[in-house]
Amino acid sequence: MIGTANEMNEGTAVRNEGAIALGTKALPGAASALKMAANGAAAEAVASGLVGGLAIAAAAAPVNEGLPALDVRSLDIAYADGFRAVKELTMSFPKRSVTAIIGPSGCGKSTALRAFNRMNELIQGTRTKGEVLFHGKNIYGDGVDPVRVRRWIGMVFQKPNPFPKTIYENIAWGARINGFQGDMDELVESSLHQAALWDEVKDKLKQSAFALSGGQQQRLCIARAIAVKPEIVLMDEPTSALDPISTSKIEDLLDELKKRYTIIIVTHNMQQAGRVSDSTAFLLTGELIEYAPTRELFFNPKDERTENYISGRFG
Amino acid sequence: MSATSRLEARQPPSFGDEDAPEGFRPNLAARKKRGERRRLLFLCSTVLAVLFLVALIASVVNQSFGYVLTVAQIDPASLEREGLPLEKQDAKALAATLGEHVSRRYFAKLEAEKPMAARNREELLSLIEAEVVKAKVLATWNLSKSIFGKREILAFKEANAPEGRLFFRSWVNAALLSNPQSSDAMRAGIRGPVIGSLLTILFTILIALPLGVGAAIWLEEYTKDSALSRIVQTNIYNLAGVPSIIYGMLGLAFFVRGLEPFTSGAVFGGGGEDGGANGRTILSASLTLAILILPVVIINAQEAIKAVPQSLRQSSLAVGATKWQTIWHHVIPASIDRVLTGAVLAVSRALGETAPLVVVGASTFLSQDPTGPFSKFTTLPIQIYQWTARPQAEFRNLAAAAILVLLLLLLSLNAAAIILRNKYRKEKRLGR
Repeated sequence: MIGTANEMNEGTAVRNEGAIALGTKALPGAASALKMAANGAAAEAVASGLVGGLAIAAAAAPVNEGLPALDVRSLDIAYADGFRAVKELTMSFPKRSVTAIIGPSGCGKSTALRAFNRMNELIQGTRTKGEVLFHGKNIYGDGVDPVRVRRWIGMVFQKPNPFPKTIYENIAWGARINGFQGDMDELVESSLHQAALWDEVKDKLKQSAFALSGGQQQRLCIARAIAVKPEIVLMDEPTSALDPISTSKIEDLLDELKKRYTIIIVTHNMQQAGRVSDSTAFLLTGELIEYAPTRELFFNPKDERTENYISGRFG
Repeated sequence: MSATSRLEARQPPSFGDEDAPEGFRPNLAARKKRGERRRLLFLCSTVLAVLFLVALIASVVNQSFGYVLTVAQIDPASLEREGLPLEKQDAKALAATLGEHVSRRYFAKLEAEKPMAARNREELLSLIEAEVVKAKVLATWNLSKSIFGKREILAFKEANAPEGRLFFRSWVNAALLSNPQSSDAMRAGIRGPVIGSLLTILFTILIALPLGVGAAIWLEEYTKDSALSRIVQTNIYNLAGVPSIIYGMLGLAFFVRGLEPFTSGAVFGGGGEDGGANGRTILSASLTLAILILPVVIINAQEAIKAVPQSLRQSSLAVGATKWQTIWHHVIPASIDRVLTGAVLAVSRALGETAPLVVVGASTFLSQDPTGPFSKFTTLPIQIYQWTARPQAEFRNLAAAAILVLLLLLLSLNAAAIILRNKYRKEKRLGR
C-alpha cells in the first residue's frame, strides 16, 4: 500500500515538473493544485446542487438546470464469475461540468463508467441491474438500442485507439455513419479545433493517425468522440498512458470541453481529479463512499475512508 | 580466492566463471552449454529440411531433362520431295507427302476433318510426324545420366538402334502446355489438366472463401460462448484433420449422386456439351475441395479476426457504429491480410489434392478441354498420378515435367498471397 502511494507521489512530481516546464499550470504541490481547480469550479458545482455531497446527492434535485445529464439509480453490475464490481450505485451527473470518479484499482470505477453507455455488454456474462436515466429515459429500458445510447454518450479510452485510417477519416467516419449531412471538412476542422489539435495536424489530414504521438492520438480520439455531437463524453483514465506534457494538454482541454459537453472522467490520479473536475465521486469496492464538489471532497471529506484514500494512507 | 575471504573483503564481482555469492552455485557455463546444444539441434533440423526439399526438386528436375532415343518407322530423310527435305517443303508439298504415305481412306478422313488446303505447315508437319514417321521412344535417360554417362548412352544406341535418333529433350516445353492429352509420350500435353486444375481451383476459391470467412465472422463476432458454440468449434478443428479421401466419399455420395441434377448442370439447362458427365463435373470437384479446405479457412480466418485488438471494436462502437459497421469497416480491413494468407495456403493444398478427386470421378482421358463448371474434369495431380502409373519409362519424364508445372502453379499462387498480404499490410500501416 505504502509502495503504491509513493509511486503515485513520484508520478505526480514528474507530472508537475512537466507542467512547470510548459509554463501552463505551475503546481508545486498537490494542495495548490486542488485549490486552483476548486477556485475555477466551485461556483458551478455549487450551482448544480451538489453541495450536499455523499451518496444521497442523487436524491437532491438539481437547482437550476432541469434534469441532470445522467441519473444513475441503484446500478448493480456483476461479472460472469459472480463478482459484484458495482454495488447499488446511485448518483447524478450535472450538465456541462466535469465529474471525476476516483478510487483504488479494482474499485469498480471503470466498470461503472462503461455502464453509462452500455459498453459493459461487450464483456460476456455481465449482468447489470438498476437504472441509468438519460433525459429521464432508462438507457437499459426495453427497446433501447445500445447503438443509439453510444451515439449520445461517447467514450474516450485509456489507451489512445485511433482507427487505422487517416486523421481526416478518423473524425469523419463516425459522423458519416451517423448520417451527418453538413460540410464534412468544416466538421473535421471544428472538431479538431475543439480538441486543440487543429494547428498540429492541419497540414497532414491525409496522413495515417498512427503517425501522431500518443498525446496527439488521444486528442484525436477526443475529437472523434465529439465529432458526432454527443451530450456526454465518458473518459476512462484518458491520460494514464501519456507523458506529463500530453497529460496537461488534455487537462487544459477538459476546461474548454465542459462548456459544451458533460464530461465524466475516471482517473486513478487524485491530483488530476483535483485539477480538472467540478465534483468528485469516491468509490471503494464497488460502493459510492462520497460524492461532493471537488474542493469539499478533498479539503473536508465527510467519510474517514475518503480521507484515508486522498491522504495516501491506502490505495 | 576462498569464499570466506571474498565475503569478508566484499570485493566487487569479477565476472569470472567461479564468481558467485554465498548460497549460489556457479552454473552459467553449464547453462550456456545446454543452450548451445539446443541451438545446434535446431540448426540440424533446419538443414535437414532444406536438404530434403533440395533433394525433391533435384530429382524432379533430373527427370525432366535428358536424352531420348527414338526409332522412326520411316526415316524422315527419305521423305524428301523435289530435292527438298521435309523441313523446307511448303504446305502443299507436305500435304502431298502425307497423301503418299497414308492409306487413301485415312487421308479422306483427315481431309473431311479439316481440308488439307486449310491446314498450315506446322499442322501438316506434326501430322506427318504422327502418322508417317511414327517415331517411337526406345529409351530415355535422366539429366545426370545424360551429362555424366554420354558414352554409355552412345553404346546403348549402337547396340540397339544404330539408325535411331538420339537427341536431348527438355520434357518441360511449350508443347507440353499446349498439347492435349495423348497416349504418345512425345506428343502428350497437359492442356486439359491445367485448365481443369485452374477452373477447379477458381470455383473452390469462390465457394470456400465467402463461406469460410462468413463462418469465421459468425463464430468470432456473433456467437456467445455457449456449449453449442464450443461443440461447433471443436468439430471444426476435428474436421481439419479428417483424411481427404473421406471428403472424396462425401463428394461422391452427396454432390455427384445426390445433387446430380444440380452438379451436372441439368437444372440450369446447360452442361450438355460433353453429355454423360453425370455429376462428375468441375463443380462437384470444386464443392468437394471447398468443403475439404473449409475448416482450415475458417480456423485461419478466426485466428486473424481474433488478432484484431478489442480496442478497435470498442472505439468504433463508442462513436455509435452498429456491430455490422464495426465488422465491415474495421474488423475485416484489419484482418484481411491474414485471412487471405491463410485462405491461399489452404487453396494451395486443394490444388495438390488427388485422392478425393479420384473418388469424385476425375476423368482419366479428356477428349475435350473443360470449358466451365459442368464439364468433365481432370486435374494436374490426377494426370501426374496416371503417368507415373504407366509402365513406359518416358511417361515418368513427362510426369516429372508436369510436377514442375504444378510446383510453378503453387509457387505463383503463394507469391500472389504474399503480394496481396504486403499490399494490405502497407495500406494498414499507412492507414488508408
